[in-house]
Order: sequence, then C-alpha cells, then structure tokens
Amino acid sequence: MIFHPAIIALLLGSILISFMLLYSAFYGMQILKGWNIKSGSELQLSLERRTYLISTVMNYAIGFQLLSLFLFIYTADYLHTLFVGAMCAAGTLNVNHWGYPAIMMKVINFLLAGLWLILNYTDNRAYDYPLIKKKYGLLLFITPFIVGETFLQSAYFLSLKPAIITSCCGTLFSSETQGVTSGIIALPRPPIEAGFYSFMALTFVLGVVFYWNGKGGYLFSLTSIATFLVSVIALISFICLYFYELPTHHCPFCILQKEYRYVGYLIYITLLGGAVSGLGVGMIMPFKKINSLLNVIPSLQRKLTGLVLISYAIFLGTVFLQMIFSNLKL
Amino acid sequence: MAKWIERQRNIIDFTLSSLLRRKRKNIALIFVYIVVVFFLASVLFFTYSIKKEASMILQGSPDMIVQRMVAGRHELIPISHIDKIKGIRGVSSVKERLWGYYYDPIVGANYTLIVSDDSQLSVGKIIIGEGVSRTRLLFEGDAMEFKTYDGAIVDLEIESTLSQKSELVSSDLIVISGGDFRRLFGTPEGYATDLTLKVRNSRELPTIAVKIAELLPDSRQILRDEILRTYDAVFNWRGGIMMVILMGALLAFIIFAWDKASGLSLEERREIGILKAIGWETSDVLLMKFWEGMAVSLSSFLAGVIFAYIHVFFASSMLFEPVLKGWAVLYPHFKTVPFIDASQIIALFFLTVVPYTVATIIPSWRAATVDPDSVMRS
Amino acid sequence: MIELQDIRKVFNTGRPNEFVALHGVSLSIDAAKVTVFKGPSGSGKTTLLSLVGCMARPTSGRIRLFDREITSLPERFLTEIRRKTFGFIFQHFNLIKGVTALENVMVPAYPDGENHASLKERALNLLGLFNLSHKAHSKVEWLSGGEAQRVTIARALVNNPSVVIADEPTAHLDTKLSKEFMEIMRRLNDEGKTVLIASHDPIIHESDIVHRVIEMRDGKIVTSGIAS
Repeated sequence: MIFHPAIIALLLGSILISFMLLYSAFYGMQILKGWNIKSGSELQLSLERRTYLISTVMNYAIGFQLLSLFLFIYTADYLHTLFVGAMCAAGTLNVNHWGYPAIMMKVINFLLAGLWLILNYTDNRAYDYPLIKKKYGLLLFITPFIVGETFLQSAYFLSLKPAIITSCCGTLFSSETQGVTSGIIALPRPPIEAGFYSFMALTFVLGVVFYWNGKGGYLFSLTSIATFLVSVIALISFICLYFYELPTHHCPFCILQKEYRYVGYLIYITLLGGAVSGLGVGMIMPFKKINSLLNVIPSLQRKLTGLVLISYAIFLGTVFLQMIFSNLKL
Repeated sequence: MAKWIERQRNIIDFTLSSLLRRKRKNIALIFVYIVVVFFLASVLFFTYSIKKEASMILQGSPDMIVQRMVAGRHELIPISHIDKIKGIRGVSSVKERLWGYYYDPIVGANYTLIVSDDSQLSVGKIIIGEGVSRTRLLFEGDAMEFKTYDGAIVDLEIESTLSQKSELVSSDLIVISGGDFRRLFGTPEGYATDLTLKVRNSRELPTIAVKIAELLPDSRQILRDEILRTYDAVFNWRGGIMMVILMGALLAFIIFAWDKASGLSLEERREIGILKAIGWETSDVLLMKFWEGMAVSLSSFLAGVIFAYIHVFFASSMLFEPVLKGWAVLYPHFKTVPFIDASQIIALFFLTVVPYTVATIIPSWRAATVDPDSVMRS
Repeated sequence: MIELQDIRKVFNTGRPNEFVALHGVSLSIDAAKVTVFKGPSGSGKTTLLSLVGCMARPTSGRIRLFDREITSLPERFLTEIRRKTFGFIFQHFNLIKGVTALENVMVPAYPDGENHASLKERALNLLGLFNLSHKAHSKVEWLSGGEAQRVTIARALVNNPSVVIADEPTAHLDTKLSKEFMEIMRRLNDEGKTVLIASHDPIIHESDIVHRVIEMRDGKIVTSGIAS
C-alpha cells in the first residue's frame, strides 16, 4: 500500500462516513418502528430529538462525501507518476480492478446522498413530518451503498503497488482496446453530437415549461438525468477533444489537471449538481398531494428546476466557449 | 435568501461573543489543535517539497543507466561495450561515467567523487561541495589531501566550491578529473563505473532496455522513470509512516475534543436552556454549535498551516532535524522551495478538521436538545 | 383563545420516579384578559404555563391556540409559534450573564433573520420605554433587581407577542417594585395583550387589573373563577 497522506486521509474519511451512516441507520430503524407524531409520550419526544441528530450527522456526512469524491480523483491523478504507462487518473484507476468500481460507487453515492438531503429538507418543512418513514427507509437503502464504497475504496488503495504496468488513458481510451469506453469512441460522432444538443435543448424547454405552469415534472426529471448520461458520453466522445486540442485524446479525467486550468472540476460539479436537482424534482413529485406539503413542494420543485437549468447552462457555456476558441477544428 | 444570511450573521455574532466569554476553556483546546495541525502539516509540506525537488533534479539525469553485475553485485563495466550499445536503433548517445565513494577518516564522512565531462577540470584540481568545505574548513585555493588505493598521498587543489543553492544534492560532492580519479581508486583504463544513455524517443526506452539485456546478459538497465518512482514511493512511505505515528497524537486530540465538548459547564448548560426558553429552536442551537466548531477549527487550522509553512520553508524544518539527520555528518543547509497545492490542504483538512467535527457532533446535539421548559422548572 | 382539553403531563414515565404533573386539566383562556394562576409549589401551575406557552408537549390531551390544534406540532413549528406569540418573564430573570442588557433583549429575535440594525433600534426603543436607555450597554450583572426585572420584560416584548406569560415575577421584588410590575402589566393589557401570571403573591391576586384567578392543587384545577 502506498502511504501517501491523501490516501490515509481518504481512508480515514470514508471509515468515519460509514460509521456515521451506520449510526444513523440504527436509530433510523428505531424511528421506523416507534414513530407516532400524534403521541406526546416521552418515547416520541426522544425520537423527535433524535431526528435532529441524524439530520446533522447526514448533513456532515454528505458534505464530506462530496469533498472526498474530488479528493479521490485528485489523488488518483496525482499518483499516476507511480505507475508505468499511467498518464492521468484514468491509468491510476485501472491499476487494479477495484479502481473504476470505486469511483462509480462514489458518484452514485453522491447522487443518492443528494437525494436524501432533498427529501429531508422537504420533510422538515411540513408540520407533521409526513415523509419520515420514507426518509428513513431511503437512509437504510443508502447505507449498504456507502459501506460498500468504503470497502471498494479500501480494497483499491490497499492493493495499489507502485510501478505496476497499467494502461494509459491513451490505450484505454483509444478504439483498439475493448471496453465500454472504447465502445463510446468507436461510435460515429454525428449522432452523439446530435443527441447531446437535442437532449440539452429538450431539458431546457421542459424545464421552462415546468417552471411556468408545473406541468410535465416527471418528464423533465427523466430528461435531466438522461441529459447527464448523454453529456458524460459526449464528453468522452468529442467535447474533451476541444480541451486537449488533440483528435485522439478522449480521456475524461485529464481535464481535471492543472494544464487545463482545472476546468474539469467546474464541468463535473455542474453536471452532478444538475443531475441531483433533476432527480430531486421527480422524487418529491408523488408527495405533492399531501396536505402539509401542499405549499412546500411546488416552490421547492421550482427552485430545483432553476438549479438544473443554471447548472447545465454553465456547463454548456463552458463547453461552447472552449469549442469556439479551441485550436482544434473538427 | 437575505433572511438566511441575516440569521447566520446573528447567530455567528452570538457565537463569537460566547466564545470570547469562555476564553479559558477554549484556549487549551485551540492550542492543542494548532499543535496537531502544525505537526501534520509540517510533515506533509516537507515530504512533498523534497519529493518535488528530487523529481525536478532527476529530470536532468540520464534516460538510462547501464551497469554490469557480477554475482549480484555492481562491478566495473568495460568501455568497449559502448560500441555495441551505440548500434542499437534509437540510442542517440552513450557515455562512460566514473564515480565512487571516498571515506575521509579525519571527519568520518563519505564523499561522493564524480568525473564530469562537462567541466574542463585539469589534472590536480577539484571542485568541492558546500558540506565538504564547511566540515573540512577548506576553501578556494586550499589543497586537500587524499590517500590513494595503494597508500600514496595525493594533494589536489580546490578550484572552486559548488553553489550553495544546490546543496541538497551536492553537499558531499567532489568533482574530479578523470586522470586523478583513476589515480585515486586504481580504476583501470578501459573500464568505467557505469554507462549513461540518451535516447531519441523516450517511449522506446523499454524496448531498448530489452535489447541491451539481450546484448549484454550480465548488465542491468535502470530507467530514470524507475528512479523517480522509487524516490516517490520512498518519500511517500516515509511521510506516511510519520503520519501514522502522529495518528496517536491525533487520537489523543480527538478524545480531548470530545471531552471538552461533552463537558458543558453549568453556566453553558444554563445559557442554552435560556436560549431555548426565549425562542431558539434546536436547529438554531445546533447552528450555533456548528459555527463554534467552525470558528475553532478554521482558526486553528489556519494558524497551524501558517506556522508549519514558516517552519518548513523559512526555518528549514529544524524541529525534524534530529530525525532527518540520522548519522549524517554532512548535513546540508538547505532551504526547501515552497511547493504546496490544494490536495495537501484538503488531505490535512480530512485528517484534522473532519475527525474533530465528527467527535463534537453528538456532544453538540446533546447540548442543543435541552428542553426549553427545563429553565422554568429549575 | 387558548383551549386545553383533558391535558395530562407525566415526567419519567415507567421509571420509579414517575411524576404526574397535570391530571387531566381542561381550561379555556380568553384573549386580552389578565389571568392569574394561584397555588402552592408542585401544584402544576408552572407546567401548565409551559404547555400553554408552547414550551412543551402534553403527554395526552389536546391544545388549541387561536383555533389551531398545536398538540402534535413538531418542535420546529411550535418554537416558531411560541416566538411570535408569547413573551416569557421568568422567576429567576434568566438573563444571559456577561452580555449587555441590549443584547439580551435582542437575542430572542436572532433566529428570525431580521436585519441587525433595525433589531437593535427596536430593542433600544423598548429599553427606553422602561427608562433603561442609560443601562443598555451595561452587562446584566451590574443591574439592580428592579432594572434586571425590567430588562426581562423588555426582552419578552421584543417580538411583539400577543400573550405575556410571567412565572412568579415578584418573588424577588419588594412591595414597591411589585406594584410597579403590576402597573406595567396594566399598560400591556391596555394595549390588548393577554397576560398570564403564575404567582402566590397576594399583591398580584388582589390587584384590580386581574380578570380571573385560577386556583390549582396537585395538578388539578380547584377553582377557575372570576376575580374579586
């Protein structure tokens, strides 16, 4: 194992987060069993006090989770010098078969955690905690994912040994090697470009419609998450090329490096932010009819929609700027 | 939105004033916090900056070094091998290299002697490193005595001293002419310590290394990247081991923090009860506790990092000197160049502020969930 | 205005020191009147006031405030209602030590996110009403008993509540100050505020501003009559 301080920090952080989640899940089960808002009994009062603790713990856990996602990528990128053939994070992650699953899990957990925060926020605005059981059910669902991530990340770091031959993103992300990513590059570019622009446009149109008159929420939510996926594919397929000014450099991780002014962080934050907000809109839709949430949900959904539109707009703006001023012309 | 900001502002206001009211209790905590951050940060900054310097310096080293191995040990290599290697496609130059160690019984130090083909050093003259100069009190124009392999004494004149800026790598170095080297060590003509290679395309290095291995089965090929990686790994390991040791201190600090946070004085408990009674909600009190934690954490973190920066980059990490120096007689006076980046700060943050925050969550919550009517009943 | 239906409050349920503070109390309190709760200590009047003032939740029973049921509101909402509707004057003053009188008055309004400057102005005005302007920036430890009392009243009024609740307000005051206190209560009542006082001080029971005296004993209401 490599004793780099950032690795120690990540491992410690993820163990702490897992503990926080397990703790919350334990008390969440108590709440699911004994919650009764109508009762004034001491059990109920202590359960209500306990929800404050769990809210606080989850808020911190999710904040740390987000930080650790970026620290993880940064570390993977930084460590590439230790492995033969690795030119950036893509190579480092490929050193053993835990790397890519770990990062996928981190992204999924970020989305799940963000969704939980939205659900928690909604529930707290109502005067009778209408979503409390669903909220803690979701918490119990998320916990194994977070603990799983700790395992994957630990397995990845613990089996990292320097100077192992790995593939550089050049070979990983070129069309000769097998794999999903090379499959993406092998796809002809025009349909992906068309798909990207149409999904983006659709998201904006549906978003504005939903913001105006509240119609088509589910459709908007689905479209926004689909746009997220299409954008990632588009990044690998052709957008990255403009940043690297090289028609063969498809790696999505190199844009996080200093040479490209860390623009990758902006791109991923806006994409992830848009994805979570979009998913959130759809997630709270079924609860619109609940009495205590009648005033809460529509305004929250509009705020989330606004977030989606702004995030994706910033993303598009960044991409367009680069495409216009890039030395590469495709 | 404005309301949210005002609310934060009001609560921060109150938090800061309440922290000032309880100066004595918080001073001890902040002091320990700063010390912990200081040590961790110093280790991080130091290892990172040394690593960076080493990798920068190594950029100037040859692409590949070829050495001859006999019974698992490094032996002199025949210069005639150069012609064999030159014929390999992709090799742009092959040179012989002479270097070795000389033990000086007067100060008990080992010097590294090297023949440089760059400097036009005439026979009888040497260039010495700062560390040598300082330890033997020898300067430009002085004569330095050497004992040859066969017992004779040779005097060599010091032409100049190597620049202080390169001390980190050249402190114990002596540059000598080829003739004098062979006289001192008895290395026969036709042999060199090892060979250095430059290649046209660095991507070909592994292929060329394989070809040389086939051509000269008793040789080993060392690539520069391998050296870089090994240095990196060693520095990481060293730095990491120090971190793990400091974990003990970190754990003690966390327990201390937990204890401080849990031990609400009667006064504090009463104050929170009053706040709850006059209209503050649990989440308001939790917010206050959050800002309290933030104020303590951020100020300690900042102070610790700044002190560490000064310690490492202005005071040459003098607190670590005993550990770093080891048995070194020639300890270089070096100034590490400030090399820090965001990932170090975030890693530090995860190692200090995060555990502190987690340790104080439950005590803060316990404090915040005091019943509002407890104040009426008391 | 405030309706209590069969309120029970039990502390430490199921444990050996289980204590029933209120045994099924039903009560209706009118707005804009001065109501006094009388009874020995342990009679439950403090508990009753804390329930009425949204400081605690009953173990069983129902409470309605302005026709809205608040029995099972979570703390978040209860506190907001309490902050906007009720102002509390405590027996032991309960001012935050080490803090100025002015800041003590402002603290209850902090969570509402009001602009700091306008809040400060309002608090200064309130202190002025009670002739305490010159003491606004003194720490509360340096105030006399009467001055501290007036600061707690000012604090209770900072959010412009419609109900003022006082728990044994004259326990630490001499006759003169007690009479002054009742005069202040008269002023507040004249402005249309509801005043609820728990006390066993005869000066309060016999004051002419009192509309109703409720007598309690052992967690039950004994008489809920009209004042003499």
